Amino acid sequence: MKNDYLKTGILKLSDIDVPPIERRRTGRVVMIECIQNIPCNPCTTICPQGAITIEGDITNIPHADFNKCNGCGLCIANCPGLAIFSVNESLEDDIAEVGIPYEFSPLPEKGEHVTVFDRSGKEICDGIVTSVRNPGSFDKTAIIYFHVPIEFSLNARFIKRKTN
Amino acid sequence: MRLRKHPILEFTPKKEIQFTFDGKRINAYEGDTVAAALHAAGIRTLSHSLKLHHPRGLFCAIGKCSSCLMEVDGCPNVKTCLIPARDGMTVKSQDGWGKFPAVITERDYKRKEIPTLETDIAIVGAGPAGLSAAIYAARLGARVLVMDENHLVGGQLIKQTHMFFGSKDHYAKTRGVNIGKLLRDQCNELGIEILTESSVIGYYHPHQLAMIHKKQLKRVNAQKVIVATGASENMLSFPGNDLPGVYGAGAIQTLMNVYGVKPADKVLMVGAGNIGVIVSYQLLQAGVEVSAVVEALPTIGAYQVHASKLVRCGVDILTSHTIVKAYGDESVEGATIAKLDDKWNIVEGTQRDISVDTICLSVGLNPASEILDQAGCQMVYIPELGGQVAKVDDNMETTISGVYVAGDVSGIEEASSAMLEGRMAGVAAVENMNGSSKQITEIKHEIRDGLNALRTGPFGEKTRTGLKKMTEVAQ
Repeated sequence: MKNDYLKTGILKLSDIDVPPIERRRTGRVVMIECIQNIPCNPCTTICPQGAITIEGDITNIPHADFNKCNGCGLCIANCPGLAIFSVNESLEDDIAEVGIPYEFSPLPEKGEHVTVFDRSGKEICDGIVTSVRNPGSFDKTAIIYFHVPIEFSLNARFIKRKTN
Repeated sequence: MRLRKHPILEFTPKKEIQFTFDGKRINAYEGDTVAAALHAAGIRTLSHSLKLHHPRGLFCAIGKCSSCLMEVDGCPNVKTCLIPARDGMTVKSQDGWGKFPAVITERDYKRKEIPTLETDIAIVGAGPAGLSAAIYAARLGARVLVMDENHLVGGQLIKQTHMFFGSKDHYAKTRGVNIGKLLRDQCNELGIEILTESSVIGYYHPHQLAMIHKKQLKRVNAQKVIVATGASENMLSFPGNDLPGVYGAGAIQTLMNVYGVKPADKVLMVGAGNIGVIVSYQLLQAGVEVSAVVEALPTIGAYQVHASKLVRCGVDILTSHTIVKAYGDESVEGATIAKLDDKWNIVEGTQRDISVDTICLSVGLNPASEILDQAGCQMVYIPELGGQVAKVDDNMETTISGVYVAGDVSGIEEASSAMLEGRMAGVAAVENMNGSSKQITEIKHEIRDGLNALRTGPFGEKTRTGLKKMTEVAQ
């Protein structure tokens, strides 16, 4: 059904502007999962590449130019809706790297094995944390980068530590 | 139980104090309210009802309801969610009306001199709207006095740990709790006087307020008055809704994010608007389990981004579902929920019990507009704005000249619009007092543009409809 997310809160890939596979294979690139008319624009003002734009009214939907985006991740930590992620399919061995905003304590550590969930909160696979970015300028919204099997590259959206 | 680790907030150790509750010793921290300290000690039943002596607990935690009345140092009917715990206090649970122990003597009746405070602009409420009004009025040279019944300044901003939407001018991507700090700092720099623990109890024409400041009656003489009293949380009707453990979602947010008290182990959230969904996420951040969010409407009211960030953590939002009842003896032990058909009837056979210790209600807000009604402002009932509001013009001025409103009391919206309305009321009040200027016209123009921008799009429709109704009401 169209607009299922209004009943469940779960977006489908068809609701989202997904970067093309050619671009994903060249390195990190963003996926913006913000599809309603919210009065909000920090993603456009923070992007050093000018890759994210909102045309006209502030309530319009943001769009990313995937060729201008260099995957720096500033928008991930600065999105008030925690609705921006990154994907990178340039790695070898059928592994992809996913970047997500993360606001739970304690943060996972580099090298840690974590459980990975999709948009519906369903457990989909295990992942390995490759980087944790949490500088003061991110104001406590950390970015966690982790590796997953490539088939989960577009659907891995949350992680839980295996021990707390 | 206290929160120790939190991803956003830091709860630094404070000075320990002690008071007694029904003779038992309670350890608390300086800065706790009595109700928060009792919750931290695991005590949820604060009083018993007047007739049936049912247990009563906290509901709103911000002084808007009467669910937390207790006897404090011999004085009955004290809102324990408002008053700070103090070392050596004697707190007793209250059964029924409460009694004044002291015999009132003739001497107590003797008329005392009422201290009078003079100011240009008196502002009722130190939340985002009131503080913004104060800052903008003070910048234009007005003498401002802000009053708030809470002991902390910032209204509901002090518990908002999420980043705000908007643009740079509206503090976008700043957490509400930090916006509160920014506004407080600006007030300090401008030398604005803010009186906390101060309840405004009446308006007297023209522009006089009666206020209880720390147990003492005071008079405030002002040139202009701005009312920014915010809103209260709606109750929902279901069996068991009066059990301790049924809270307004905002109350839970206050306990956990302001006082660092772990408010529950397992929660059912009722209502999938922005507040319900955001508070559910904040509960997870505080290490509390959220069983589900039920929403009677067929669709989620919250922004998709807020709903999505909760659902991917594993919390289901059940639309077309309602709470049937809460059960438990002294406190909530569980809830029955059920599916609704498209005519709002329960679908037979879908009832199921879920074991939770807390039920959070997030079913809308209601403007706290009593003082405006008492003052004699023309009131209108506009459902899109949340209920009874004062009729206002473009300047946020009511039908009483020199009395302004701003924020949720003028119609339920978000803190971003509350801040802009506050700026408008502050500037317009100074304009009314000292006359207009090119600068004032420009500022007002800018504020109006900002408000219009926030209210564009489908999510602004309710407010736009409400405000249109307002202009259609005859004066």
